Amino acid sequence: MLSPGRTHLRSHRGVNALIPLLLLAAFSLAPLVYANHAVIFQMMAFMVLAQGVNLLYGFTGYLPFGYVGFFGIGAYGMGIGIELFHLPGLAALLVGALFAVVVALILSPLLRLSGAYFAISSLAASEVLYNIVANPALTHITNGPYGESLVQSYHPLTSYVAMVVLLVLTTVLVIVIKNTPFGRALLAIREDPVSAEMAGIAVVRTRTTVWILSALIGGLTGAIFGWHLSVFYPSTVFDLSISILAIVFTLFGGGGTAIGPILGSVVLYGLYNAIGISAPQYFELIYGLLIVLLVLFLPGGVVSLLQRRGSYVP
Amino acid sequence: MSREPLLSVEKIVKTFGGFHALDGVTLTVEPGEILGLVGPNGSGKTTLINVISGLYHPDGGRVLYRGRSIASWPMHQRARQGINRTFQIPKPFKTLTVRENVELAYHFARQGAMTVDNALDFTGLAPSADRPAQSLNSSQQKLLDLARALATGPDLLLVDELAAGLGPQELHHIADSLRSLADRSMALIVVEHHLGFVNQLTDRVIVMNAGKEIFEGSLTLAAEDATVSAVYLGT
Repeated sequence: MLSPGRTHLRSHRGVNALIPLLLLAAFSLAPLVYANHAVIFQMMAFMVLAQGVNLLYGFTGYLPFGYVGFFGIGAYGMGIGIELFHLPGLAALLVGALFAVVVALILSPLLRLSGAYFAISSLAASEVLYNIVANPALTHITNGPYGESLVQSYHPLTSYVAMVVLLVLTTVLVIVIKNTPFGRALLAIREDPVSAEMAGIAVVRTRTTVWILSALIGGLTGAIFGWHLSVFYPSTVFDLSISILAIVFTLFGGGGTAIGPILGSVVLYGLYNAIGISAPQYFELIYGLLIVLLVLFLPGGVVSLLQRRGSYVP
Repeated sequence: MSREPLLSVEKIVKTFGGFHALDGVTLTVEPGEILGLVGPNGSGKTTLINVISGLYHPDGGRVLYRGRSIASWPMHQRARQGINRTFQIPKPFKTLTVRENVELAYHFARQGAMTVDNALDFTGLAPSADRPAQSLNSSQQKLLDLARALATGPDLLLVDELAAGLGPQELHHIADSLRSLADRSMALIVVEHHLGFVNQLTDRVIVMNAGKEIFEGSLTLAAEDATVSAVYLGT
């Protein structure tokens, strides 16, 4: 039942449907008006990653510092699909997704930890993945530390379109989850897992499901990213700053909402491109201050300013 | 009475390190019956509730519900099969509203005789339905635990110190309400320090001490029992 959830979805159907449509329109048209396609593509990638972090952190409270592990393994799954199995790009994407899901299943016992312990162990897990992939002994599979080159499957347009599609689908998924009993169950688990169990919610199964969904999103993003880049090294796709940026974008905009991570990615990735490359020291300063201020004064992100006033935030 | 017990607890042992929190407790509860569980602090009352509701796994003994061993059932399955509880320290979903708290339980457990509105009315929380649960005071949060438990349609309700912090009039009202639940053939185990409240509820109490039951009968008889007064008064 859960009537308010359903009513929300119904009464706010307009605004909820508008968000994915706007994203679709914006990123379909952006390359026509802005010449630096790499920036647009990466903004999309970070938006998807931020939504993946949002699913896990915003809805369940698990902070995945090692989220980049799924991204990296997705990129390498793509590479292996193309180089080793000689699959076409779109089929190789599925290999990347599959790799990420398998890794998530293997790592699912991490969910028994909570708080800082989970955050740190997920970080350690992503380092382990990085070191496995970059190991010279696996050169015949991953090309070890020498990186992947997928130039024979280089399709900048197809991979761009794939990222737009993934962004729109991920956003729809977050909106649907937020407005259905499944999303409420996640919030309940975040608040109190024991009470959630007593309310009849299968806590372990529910949070494992969202963990795998989140890994799938990270893996697909990494796969499409690797495809689009076509040449990458382990250090490129397992770079910890990818996790950090996705987390900060989510925190800035506001977790547990669909609009928060989008807002965070647009504002902060925009800022990063405006001054992050020309004056990195100021950018780092602003970023550091932002994180401190957000955690201290605005843990619910920018959108919580609206929520406090009682407004519905999609 | 020869009715089949709804719940049988047989020789339950629960240890924490070397400490025997439960040391062979045995009891039964029938449908429509209220069982008071009293005893000094640390006698194992809440531990027993935690074992029956599935929060703790016992180290020995059996818990039979409708004649079936439920040792392997996770908490959510017990909830769906009609076992529910309140908590001594209330555990609401704080950022959700009162109504959303109850709706979750109604949606995910089995849907019993009480609707969400029934449960809110029953606990007197209807006027606060749209407030976030964290804005309730501690007594109201305990009532919210109760409303959530009721929305799952329980056949066995474990009530852990609901009376603490309530005024005499509220106590009277709650006692009436709990009795009305038993009249609908719900079984209740009520852990309570407030003996006057227990007396209003039921004739059958079990006194626990050091993880064992030391007395079973009415509170009046318990007061006259030498072992019970030794435990309570140290004489």
